[in-house]
Amino acid sequence: MTEATAVMDAPAGELGLAPELADAVVDTWAEDTEKAYVVAPDRILEVLTHLRDGQGYDFLSNLTCVDYEGYGGKLRAGIDARLEVVYNLYSTRRGGGSIALHVRVPEDDTVPSATSVYPGANLQEREVYDLFGVKFDGHPNLRRILLWDGFHGHPMRKDWHEAYYEEDAKPFRSRHPKGEYEFHEDKVPWAKNTTYPAGWDPDSWQEAVAYVPVSQAPQHENEPHLDTESIVVNLGPHHPSTHGVFRMLTRVEGETILALEPEMGYLHRNHEKIGERNTWLMNMPFTDRLDYLNSMSNNWAYALAVEKLADIEVPERAEYLRVIMAEFSRIVNHAWSIGFILNDLGALQTPALYAIEEREMILDLFEAVSGARMMCNYMRFGGVVRDLPEGWHEQAAYLANERLPRALDELDRLLTENEILMARGRGVGYLSVEDLISLSVSGPMIRAGGLAYDIRKAEPYGIYDRFDFDIPTLPNSDIYDRYYIRLLEARESVRILQQALRDIPEGEILGGRGGYTLRAPEGQVYGRLEAPKGELGFYLASDGKTQPWRYHVRSPSYINLNALGPMSVGYKVADAIVILGAIDIVLGEVDR
Amino acid sequence: MFGTGLLKGLGVTLKHALETFEDDRESVPDRYKGSLDLGNNRKVIQQPIDQEGLLTIQYPEEKRLLPERFRYIPMLIWDSEKQEDRCTACGICAKVCPPQCIWIVRDSDENGKPVTRCSEFYIDAAVCMSCSFCVEFCPFDAIKMNHDYELAVYDRYPQLVYDMEELTVPLEYYAALWPTQYEEEQARRKEEEEQKRKQEEEKAARAAARQAAAAQKAEAGAGAPKRSAAELQALAKERAAQRQAQAQGQTADGGGDDDAAAAKRARMEDLKRRAQERARQRKLESGNGSS
Repeated sequence: MTEATAVMDAPAGELGLAPELADAVVDTWAEDTEKAYVVAPDRILEVLTHLRDGQGYDFLSNLTCVDYEGYGGKLRAGIDARLEVVYNLYSTRRGGGSIALHVRVPEDDTVPSATSVYPGANLQEREVYDLFGVKFDGHPNLRRILLWDGFHGHPMRKDWHEAYYEEDAKPFRSRHPKGEYEFHEDKVPWAKNTTYPAGWDPDSWQEAVAYVPVSQAPQHENEPHLDTESIVVNLGPHHPSTHGVFRMLTRVEGETILALEPEMGYLHRNHEKIGERNTWLMNMPFTDRLDYLNSMSNNWAYALAVEKLADIEVPERAEYLRVIMAEFSRIVNHAWSIGFILNDLGALQTPALYAIEEREMILDLFEAVSGARMMCNYMRFGGVVRDLPEGWHEQAAYLANERLPRALDELDRLLTENEILMARGRGVGYLSVEDLISLSVSGPMIRAGGLAYDIRKAEPYGIYDRFDFDIPTLPNSDIYDRYYIRLLEARESVRILQQALRDIPEGEILGGRGGYTLRAPEGQVYGRLEAPKGELGFYLASDGKTQPWRYHVRSPSYINLNALGPMSVGYKVADAIVILGAIDIVLGEVDR
Repeated sequence: MFGTGLLKGLGVTLKHALETFEDDRESVPDRYKGSLDLGNNRKVIQQPIDQEGLLTIQYPEEKRLLPERFRYIPMLIWDSEKQEDRCTACGICAKVCPPQCIWIVRDSDENGKPVTRCSEFYIDAAVCMSCSFCVEFCPFDAIKMNHDYELAVYDRYPQLVYDMEELTVPLEYYAALWPTQYEEEQARRKEEEEQKRKQEEEKAARAAARQAAAAQKAEAGAGAPKRSAAELQALAKERAAQRQAQAQGQTADGGGDDDAAAAKRARMEDLKRRAQERARQRKLESGNGSS
């Protein structure tokens, strides 16, 4: 063995790779922040397979890409490949931290698709293809996902400029001291910045229904004596049962679904591009708008990632405040979700309105402390922005100790033993928990399948290791369990709240150096937490400047939709509505 | 037994219905307790945390009492004590604004030299995301969040692009919206000013002492009694109190002895009047003029 290969061996050895894979890891990166292993593109599938089968990394949490065109940092000096595909793997059985793998890709090269190892890479690879133009070999359905087919260019690339483009980074120079207000109406977006691909004619274009899963759906064979025909039906996008502007492209035979594919992007605003123009702090209020029911959790997830990157300490009281806010928002989310599962089942409004009664109280509390009911913008790097106002603690304690337990009990009495709910929910939308994990599904859905995987326990963040709470699980992985698990989780949240409100100390709420001039050190980080809808993660890469080089949101709503198609096949159209409802999506987070 | 779950659920809804019905038949239903009655069916409702019964608020006749920290669109503070805009055109708010909806033009004097005052200040209210960063980072307490959320207009342009005149409110308005924060801020500002004044006076006293010492040396004779530090402090306080009383007297009685001060007061009155007019105009435009 030469000295050169011995040096090469080291990272592969750290990963515990088999000897024949030793040369697959070609480099490591960003040791100071979060170490990443750079894998040769043609070996990535072998490495992924080995990590999944040999070491239990069964959960592909995050798959994204970074464009390093014009990167000014020192760490990447001498590396030509422009794009870098990022994989973050976790183990749901063992818990603990992630392994970060990178694959460097020159601009027009392809990468083998990870869908054969982790089917959950499906939507994420499509997103990378859509926004970065990286082609994945062997992906079953590689089309644009957030943008429409006539879109020209790949917007997350650094050289792509949006309509209304002013400058690469905020603050924009025209704002001060010279002013020059320019009315947005005067800037016609279609005059510049917007082009069609070559040969594209918007007038003659018709949407193709030849989308792979739908067009290749097998014929239904159960009732050969009926002369039926399978047809394509669009559920949505403009329909209240899709919880926003969301479309389910289905092939149905009679009422039975043969294939279903989610179509999204109607609310796409390129949140991540905005995030790269913003300074680190400016992104905080933007995270409110992701999953707008849980702005507190979103704030926390982003703060967590930045604190990890820039190594910022959080004072004790702020940690408690964060837990209190996050658990209140979990209750809000689950109550809302239960209400709307029932709504989708046809129990119009009554359960939903009962479920969100206490939400009013909680949102009032949020408003009193942060100034807004939903767009809280409450957390900062190194703490929270405002301390509790007078009387807040007593009100919150009353809610947590008396009102919320009572309300959850009432919801339980109203729904849990309801025969209609059981008839509609039991056994519907079944998918085994192994399938759910391989589809990268997280949150209440996998706990309703019997796996006690909760990041609050598996990889505790904040101060969750101090509280006494359980992770409820249910065995059946159907709609009924997905309803009931949320009720059980809300009860656990109440337990955490009671402890947090009892133990919260006095003291500082905001640590020192997380202000608007923050410069995060060069490197990369993936921070995640257990949001009410599943694993919410932020992948950040920094070149040491005041703006993030890459700002990626791993949103649970979006990735949980991987399971929508497989879960719906074989059930009726009316069930598909509830199956979607039980995934619990918010389109602000799906489309970003 | 089949059906017990259904019956249980129906029991819950029946209980809800009866309780709400009962509550509604009371002379003051739970949701109106502690609310302000403005007459003509108009109410400001303060929902207590333990409120039972119907939670619905009949907007626009009934409105919620907003908590102090409620944030909507920023406003600029006209300091009515000092009779000046607090804004110094430093531009920090425009820099920290996440959607970049603030435009500031710094004013200059007749020689073209920039001064600490803005000549134009725009906020595009349709772009503003109500994050309140401008307030958090303003070092002069010059920009605060307004509570006025009824801003609907027919055209976004130019009605929703607020200029300086539309944004400016007198300090009293802010004090009424944000009483707790205003008190804290005022105390802090007073203290800071006090400290500044003390420092300056001490400096002056030191200079005077030096002069006196020099004079003494020159005279080379009997020393005049020096003032102790405590005495100096007492003197400073006395002066400060005098100054304050003077300033307060000026704003309170409104008797103008200075032309410039009178002009500033007139501007404040004008601002108030315009704000009222704008509110009326908005109502007219939205077809609510009759009420």
